[in-house]
Amino acid sequence: MSKPLDLTLQVWRQDGPDAPGSFETHQVTGIPDDASFLEMLDILNESLIEENRVPIEFPHDCREGICGSCGVMINGRAHGQERGTAVCQLHMRKFNTGDTIVVEPWRATAFPVLRDLVVNRSALDEIITAGGYISAPTGTAADANDTLIPKEVSESAMDAAACIGCGACVAACPNSAAQLFTAAKLWHLNSLPQGQPERFRRTEAMVETMEQYFGSCTNHGECSEACPKEISLDFIAYMNRDFVKSKIYNRRLASQR
Amino acid sequence: MTTSSALNGKIPEGPLAEKWDNHKFASKLVNPANKRKFKILVVGTGLAGASASATLAELGYEVEAFTFHDSPRRAHSIAAQGGINASKNYRNDGDSTYRLFYDTIKGGDYRGREGNTYRLAQVSTDIIDQMTAQGVPFAREYGGLLANRSFGGAQVSRTFYARGQTGQQLLLGAYQQMMSQVDAGKVKLHTRMEMLDVVKKDGEAVGIVCRNLVTGEVTSHSGHAVVLATGGYSNVFYLSTNAMACNVTAAWRAHRKGAFFANPCYTQIHPTCIPASDEFQSKLTLMSESLRNDGRIWVPRSPDESRPVAQIPEADRYYYLEEKYPSFGNLVPRDVASRNAKTVVDQGLGVGPLKNGVYLDFAESIRRDGRDAVEARYSNLFEMYERITGEDPYTVPMRIYPAVHYTMGGLWVDYNLETTVPGLYACGEANFSDHGANRLGASALMQGLADGYFVLPYTIGDGLAPKLGTTPVSTDDPVFLEAEKAVRDRVARFMAIGGTKSPEYFHRELGKLVWNYIGMERDQNGLEKAIVEIRALKDDFWKDLRVLGNTDTINSSLEKAGRVADFFELAELMARDALDRSESCGGHFRAESQTDEGEALRDDEHFQNVSAWAWNDDDTPQTKHVEDLIFETVTPTQRSYK
Repeated sequence: MSKPLDLTLQVWRQDGPDAPGSFETHQVTGIPDDASFLEMLDILNESLIEENRVPIEFPHDCREGICGSCGVMINGRAHGQERGTAVCQLHMRKFNTGDTIVVEPWRATAFPVLRDLVVNRSALDEIITAGGYISAPTGTAADANDTLIPKEVSESAMDAAACIGCGACVAACPNSAAQLFTAAKLWHLNSLPQGQPERFRRTEAMVETMEQYFGSCTNHGECSEACPKEISLDFIAYMNRDFVKSKIYNRRLASQR
Repeated sequence: MTTSSALNGKIPEGPLAEKWDNHKFASKLVNPANKRKFKILVVGTGLAGASASATLAELGYEVEAFTFHDSPRRAHSIAAQGGINASKNYRNDGDSTYRLFYDTIKGGDYRGREGNTYRLAQVSTDIIDQMTAQGVPFAREYGGLLANRSFGGAQVSRTFYARGQTGQQLLLGAYQQMMSQVDAGKVKLHTRMEMLDVVKKDGEAVGIVCRNLVTGEVTSHSGHAVVLATGGYSNVFYLSTNAMACNVTAAWRAHRKGAFFANPCYTQIHPTCIPASDEFQSKLTLMSESLRNDGRIWVPRSPDESRPVAQIPEADRYYYLEEKYPSFGNLVPRDVASRNAKTVVDQGLGVGPLKNGVYLDFAESIRRDGRDAVEARYSNLFEMYERITGEDPYTVPMRIYPAVHYTMGGLWVDYNLETTVPGLYACGEANFSDHGANRLGASALMQGLADGYFVLPYTIGDGLAPKLGTTPVSTDDPVFLEAEKAVRDRVARFMAIGGTKSPEYFHRELGKLVWNYIGMERDQNGLEKAIVEIRALKDDFWKDLRVLGNTDTINSSLEKAGRVADFFELAELMARDALDRSESCGGHFRAESQTDEGEALRDDEHFQNVSAWAWNDDDTPQTKHVEDLIFETVTPTQRSYK
């Protein structure tokens, strides 16, 4: 049954990418505990509009944990304290009345703040564009059952493919590294038979694009801890292995083998 | 009724099974070397838009893709859970192209086009091949072959799936394929760009006007053809399973520029969603209907039932679907399942604190197959349910209730997916063509990908071929300058009202009217009231709206204001269409038209047709045009799932 919460929020406000930002304090009262964290922000925004104050911009869309749009730091933790939960599925019943909650945008050089809690994550798309695909032009495919794929292989690929591209891994990392995001896509495609022909070209291109934007991995493991889909750290090891191999197998470097 | 002269469906001649091949052969082709001379603008990057952009670029066309999201991968196709149909007949259980076609046309209550629907079934198998080749990790059997399940309303196992995240995996597949074409330099991608107008010259679509959602800049984009793949309009109900940003604006702006809007009253209420809990609720969450394969739906027989669920004996449980529909049971089509849930809740038999749900119970499956088996099938759905409600569905039955989920209506298109505006195409949920009055489960992903991968890339050539040698209209042309000015003026108008109520307030109030009067059951009295009340609320909107902040930065209130303004106009048309269609069919249930047993009663004599509405002006309601539905192969019958 619903028990309403009274909370103090410290929310990051910033007018634009180049504007200075600061925390703004808001008291919110009577928040139903069935509300999600984002619905709590909705309630706050409606009251701000009523008071003629500009509402807070925050990223969100599907509100069922799959689109990857949402993501804020809650008390210093990406997506808040609940394991395996995107902020849209974090419910207020996980908080207590009287709590002070600090809400910030993702913090990373590769994710510049656009306004308030909204950041630009297009660097993640750049990594995919560099090679996060299997070249299979429409109409060229053979019958889907022509290639047998052991169930375990398919399941393992799916474990990695579950990534929603929210960027929490980068936000949680002390180095702002995107290893978990990149490794998840690489394992999804590199572990499947269909992904073999482009495996090493893909790995090299994606890792090198990643390094243009993001920091380096020093094995803290914060990424996997923050991941709303609990993507395994193991995939980073597989990526590193394939990256080393790619330098050997890369056809352009064949003469140096 | 005879088909309006304004509507030529261009359904090819010949036997059903040969229409598509004949049409492809008869269509004009564009020489590979000439394809690069054509620029195509694709608005939307969901399944339909991303697959169309990727395929058109592979064929050699120059493509510009637009999304209002920060990344194409955010499109709402990503949220589809259950699966995608294809008549592969891998289970050897009697499936075929014809059976998938027949199930779809019957499921749509004989309000879809035979030609389009058959084509959809034909290309369904290619989609599975294509997506598998791209690395979509579909569920597999231990032998390494693809797995299938049976899904809402089907008696064969033809649904392919990737855990409960099929939409995500398919969208990522299409997105990645599109990004490979961005990498190849053949697709130019525009993110955070919202299309706010279609631009026409000499009656043809020549481009679009967009607003950059970060900078507020309004820009024109010109091309040889414009493709809208901008999804459906469920959010006119405010509470729906759609993502928060889903809207009708792109389709509606096209409608106002002359594209007919077809069957707006055909909206689908999905039977298995988590019931609403309060006024603050911002959206409803769907629980995949695949759950109906193993869950049993029931309510207590007595409205006064107060015992804990586990202590209610079998005799006091009302398994209403199994009792009423012994052959389909819990797997009846969505419209039937939804309406029956409403009936029992209206009788006071609802469960949960607000008595606004019915049970979906897995106890028997867990007893029969073991918890592990149930977990393997549905673990992520069960987790999601527990996260939202705080209840464990392994031990307590889920509570579910219908919610708006999909809209079968949309822009009228011919067999080529071209709207009534030449050069303007619509694919995926944005068009009206393949599902009739009710869509079967696992068919939306199929249609989005069919349109984008295998239909539009062929049919668009027919419209482009005659334009060879022409260059796109300059964006300095007065038609673009005027459209840009109109967009800027409208933005300024929202900012200038200076009233007291937020866009969210108006959206929520509009949603209540639409749900109450144009929801699961409609009647003349309610629909007439709806038109009056929607108009009154709309007047209030234009007088008392408050949008704060600036126009040159991210301003989601401003974005929302524009979308809500268009929802008002759509809602009125929905009411008008529902009023005009005095029969019941599929998702459109008119209380005045039902069988003795309370099932939807069609009126084929008067309504075996498509209603396509033509925009007039702000003060004159739309004019109805009619396209007759001609059934050459199937014979429309009263649907029975007993």
